[in-house]
Amino acid sequence: MTLLDPVWTSLLYLAAAVCFILALRGLSSPRTARRGNLIGALGALIAVVAVFLSARLENIPWILGAIAVGAAVAAPVARRVKMTQMPQLVALFNGVGGGAAALVALLELGHADDPWVRLAIVFTLLVGAVSFAGSGVTFAKLQELMTTRPVVFPGLPVVMTAVLLAAVAAGVAVILTGSSALAVVLLVLGLAAGILLVLPVGGADVPIVISLLNAFTGLAVAASGLVLGNVLLVVAGTLVGASGTILTRAMAAAMGRSVAGILFGAFRGGSTAGSTAVSERPVRSSSAEDVAVLLGYAQRVIIVPGYGLAVAQGQHTAAELAQALEARGIDVDFAIHPVAGRMPGHMNVLLAEANVPYESLKEMGEINPEFKTADVALVVGANDVVNPAAKTSSGSPIYGMPILEVADARQVVFLKRSMRPGFAGIENELLYQPQTSLLFGDAKDSLAQVLGAVKTL
Amino acid sequence: MDGISLLTITVLAVFVGFEVVSKVSSTLHTPLMSGANAIHGIILVGAIIVAGQATDLWLLAVALLAVVLATANLVGGFVVTDRMLHMFHARKEVGGSKAGTKEARGKVEGA
Repeated sequence: MTLLDPVWTSLLYLAAAVCFILALRGLSSPRTARRGNLIGALGALIAVVAVFLSARLENIPWILGAIAVGAAVAAPVARRVKMTQMPQLVALFNGVGGGAAALVALLELGHADDPWVRLAIVFTLLVGAVSFAGSGVTFAKLQELMTTRPVVFPGLPVVMTAVLLAAVAAGVAVILTGSSALAVVLLVLGLAAGILLVLPVGGADVPIVISLLNAFTGLAVAASGLVLGNVLLVVAGTLVGASGTILTRAMAAAMGRSVAGILFGAFRGGSTAGSTAVSERPVRSSSAEDVAVLLGYAQRVIIVPGYGLAVAQGQHTAAELAQALEARGIDVDFAIHPVAGRMPGHMNVLLAEANVPYESLKEMGEINPEFKTADVALVVGANDVVNPAAKTSSGSPIYGMPILEVADARQVVFLKRSMRPGFAGIENELLYQPQTSLLFGDAKDSLAQVLGAVKTL
Repeated sequence: MDGISLLTITVLAVFVGFEVVSKVSSTLHTPLMSGANAIHGIILVGAIIVAGQATDLWLLAVALLAVVLATANLVGGFVVTDRMLHMFHARKEVGGSKAGTKEARGKVEGA
């Protein structure tokens, strides 16, 4: 039974599509971002209500039950996840979306006689499966369930080529025969291709890959819309595919990388050529009291927060330290690298959570010339984003990434957990420079000790 | 709908997609990606249609799995994006009180 005339369904879908466009536009500006997201959610609600009212549906109790299960699992996780773990959660949600698109295509194969529709099914299956498996691997990397370093083995390009050729062959066979068994084979090949695509990607590049896979899922959804003849899926999927592509390029540009370089760098080899041999060279280790004196009698301090700060949940202590120093008349700023944390904009979110005033957060282009005038640069749990290897060592995986010019400051203090290299796995020459001192320990504990010592000055 | 109309809509949507996000600061890359991620959860509509047409138990089971996954993408995506953006909202309030911080600093400097 249908309650709605098809014309009304089309109008509701149009309203939902407009909501999605307004949502993406709203999300592009800080003032309208939150409203934009809510408009997007409204659009989704309109679309889901419309499909229930208009399509001739069986099994409605089962469908409602499945929706309840999906929402009951996802909403609490999304609400409770620590902000530091948010990137991997986004990867996970993206992956299940791709998986859903692939399953929809698989089920539609039985109804598809037209070769063009079958082509769209093959595309959805393959891209959806790549997105599902690839997102699974990025999740495992970010959650550190597996190594964050690039995983390469000899013959990887050969295996990848073989999998892709087999996928093309299976795809052609599915289009010609419409066989469900071959479609399942294609699905499995897609999963393999997704894993092989992401394994060789190094830790620091993983967020860009999430964005790329996000665009992939969008394209898979658009193709499934072509399969079902559903305009809303076509429009929404294409919007995400197109904006996701632009976003991926913008993210890669912020890190001075090219998307092709990230995906295929490890295939060519040499991208992991960072100096992995941790040297035995001496470093200047320092005490919390020494650091407090350095900071307390400076005129200008620039704090460089990194992922280590976020992991240690030290952003609140960092904010307190900044306040204590400002109370002594010291000029304090936070220098935010575009990819500080694990994703562009991640660190802004974390510091905003700790109530650091917006005016103290300086973007890289703005703060870099100011390091020359800084007495102390306090690097808290950051490494790759201040590593001069990005400028000097052309074999290094981060070569070409713009960095914060911490070395220009008169004194550099690193709060570090250990001498272990950063997320990208490269050693930092700056640690051995004469103006550098290190305070070892958990970022939050170290900050608390320094804060205590500053207060007693 | 016929193929040419769908193709027209697809091509226009590509340009709209390029256009709406062309000028976004790096600060908003993460929430924007997350919001776009939520939007493709609309595959839920496709999953519902397929589940509503399923005739045997096996097909229904696969379709319902698709519904669960798509719902997780849609609901989780919007909720996590809202949480991220809530931080930006909080920041704006702090920005509003920044005059107070400056005053405090001025006092210290004056003293």
